[in-house]
Amino acid sequence: MKPGERAPRSWRGLWLAAIAAGGVLLGGCAPASPGTQLTFWTIGREGEAIIKLLPAFERAHPDIHVKVQQLPLTAAHQKLLTAFAGGSTPDVSQLGNTWLPELAALDALEPLQARVDASTVIQPHDYFASIWATNVIDGTLYGVPWYVDTRLLFYRKDLLEAAGFDAPPRSWAEWRRQLAALSDPSRHRYGILLPTNEYEQLMSLALQQSEPLLRDGGRYGNFESAGFKRALAFYVDTFKLQQAPPITNVEAGNPWTEFGRGLYAFYLSGPWNIGEFRSRLPASQQDDWATAPLPGPAGAGIGVAGGSSLVIFRTSKHKDAAWQLIEYLSQPAVQQRFYELLGDLPPRRSSWQGTALRDDPKLRAFREQLEHVKPTPPVPEWERIANEMQLVAAEAVAGRLTIDQAAAEIDRRTDAILAKHRWVLDHARGRRP
Amino acid sequence: MNSPCSAWLFVAPALVVLGVFFLLPVLAALVLSLTDYDLYALADIRNLRFVGLGNYWELLHRPLFWSALGHTVYFVAAGVPLSMGASLGAAMLLNSPLARCKPLLRTALFAPVVTTVVAVAVIWRYLFNTRYGMTNYMLDLVGIQPVDWLGDPHWAMPTIIAFAVWKNFGYNMIIFLAGLQAIPPELYEAARIDGASAWRQFRHITLPMLKPTMLMVGILTVSGYFQLFAEPYVMTEGGPLQSTVSVLYLMYDEGFKWWNLGSASAVAFLLFLIMFAVTALMLRLSRRGDEP
Repeated sequence: MKPGERAPRSWRGLWLAAIAAGGVLLGGCAPASPGTQLTFWTIGREGEAIIKLLPAFERAHPDIHVKVQQLPLTAAHQKLLTAFAGGSTPDVSQLGNTWLPELAALDALEPLQARVDASTVIQPHDYFASIWATNVIDGTLYGVPWYVDTRLLFYRKDLLEAAGFDAPPRSWAEWRRQLAALSDPSRHRYGILLPTNEYEQLMSLALQQSEPLLRDGGRYGNFESAGFKRALAFYVDTFKLQQAPPITNVEAGNPWTEFGRGLYAFYLSGPWNIGEFRSRLPASQQDDWATAPLPGPAGAGIGVAGGSSLVIFRTSKHKDAAWQLIEYLSQPAVQQRFYELLGDLPPRRSSWQGTALRDDPKLRAFREQLEHVKPTPPVPEWERIANEMQLVAAEAVAGRLTIDQAAAEIDRRTDAILAKHRWVLDHARGRRP
Repeated sequence: MNSPCSAWLFVAPALVVLGVFFLLPVLAALVLSLTDYDLYALADIRNLRFVGLGNYWELLHRPLFWSALGHTVYFVAAGVPLSMGASLGAAMLLNSPLARCKPLLRTALFAPVVTTVVAVAVIWRYLFNTRYGMTNYMLDLVGIQPVDWLGDPHWAMPTIIAFAVWKNFGYNMIIFLAGLQAIPPELYEAARIDGASAWRQFRHITLPMLKPTMLMVGILTVSGYFQLFAEPYVMTEGGPLQSTVSVLYLMYDEGFKWWNLGSASAVAFLLFLIMFAVTALMLRLSRRGDEP
């Protein structure tokens, strides 16, 4: 893309463009059409599907032209922060709900409550409550959920039945019994695959505990709580009892085929794997696998409230047009179409009334789980903390740390990461309104 | 106009460019490294604190910094001799009167240098794929078990070293070739008349005559290899088990992933100090070698 084709996003951006282009391209920087040009950033695969949804929007709003820019997932975080630093943020963006606290802390996002109150399309009570809650930071609403994501169990129905279990586990104790019955390390068979470099699995177990993961309003780690230690012990025991192989997802290679071969009876993962299993396993095996809500410490468990939201940036000059786009993408009919294109699960209960979503047996567990999800702590540092948590947990899996030592180490690292957060909480309160 | 004045006038454009685009950013980074500039400071500059040498102190107490330094030193210690050996060997082959098609060979051996590191790293990732890669296929033909080149913490760094050596040796080869061609042929003639073997000619003529070139190539390669980043970034993303996290990779993570620009700048200056010390040591050792 040539710099001259880009519409000015802010005066600062225009200045930079003017300097860079030596002023020659200034004329080219002005929007070509008299209407509004909206810049919309998408992250990962969503960009490809969204292009198919936009023509209908542009037909309904002839004065708005949407320019989609696709960011690869690996570069998105950096690109968003750089754009903020350089004053070149887009009008609208997709934003993972773990990144939302970070951009809210930067004061980069437009509060949306007033627009939601006035909207006839977006009805907060129609959204899964915990998913909606991830968009509220310190009482202010910054985003509208676009699609949801949670982790739960994929399992081999036939293997469980052969081992004498006619239903997936509902509690950890039951789960442990099934894992034990389905594992046979001498034949390289394991109850479950838990890649040691992915934090989502341990985090899901940890969120099921009643104790929060951070204490004192996000000032300190709370990983030495009895609840987290219980989750960590369950996680580590799964490896110690040889019910999961201590390998990373790089070594695991192709988990779908190996799940199909019966090397793993359970797989703890997210909704995109429904599509993967459908396309990668042969038709004869499609009735052998199913999904189930996550088992809890005692009875039905809680999952992590993940997914992406749509946000408007504070510096946008076209906030009304941006809101119209968000409203359009939030319509149940559009969300159903989005599901058909990509398999992303909608955040509205009414969108789940569509036949494709309602009647799919593999999706039923997700529908059930989504009523029981919990958000991660809303601090900007959360992703880094989760990374460190997993690095320490992997050491515990390798036998280098006991549960108590690992919990203390995670707390120590978390407290160090949160040092600045504490300082800001203590000092900035008087300054900000 | 007197001559010092006009001399300054002539160097002024270069000085201005150096000052604005090099000196100023370096000084700004130095100041940054003494603060805790991060996400919060980006949001509101009043959240910036002056921490003195706090960033440096913390880094020196971080196990990850030391392991990153260890990986970098491993890369330099293994990569530089290998790279220089390959360059010198290739240069000698090209310089040999027996070699044919010299321009073609020279171009072929230089080609990896001008390729884009990201593009070839992706190709190497395919070559070293555990299950489908050509390397393991070849090893399989001679009956060697497949190696998990990029997934095994013990093998990932050697794979990256091999890649870096292959990618970079052509550049030094050209410099060595120029150095070899500058050695007067009379020296070899005299040595041959005295009955010196090929090895003794290499040991007593080629190496001493190439010493200034070797020193320069050595310093350039060492400082280049200390800045290992693109190779692990594209091939392993620092993994497996953080076994290919280099100092510069740590800086990238700190600065651009977690946006702690203060501590990232401190990493950069620590790396600079280490490279400065190593280069000074190399210069001193080479000088000591001059005084018998």
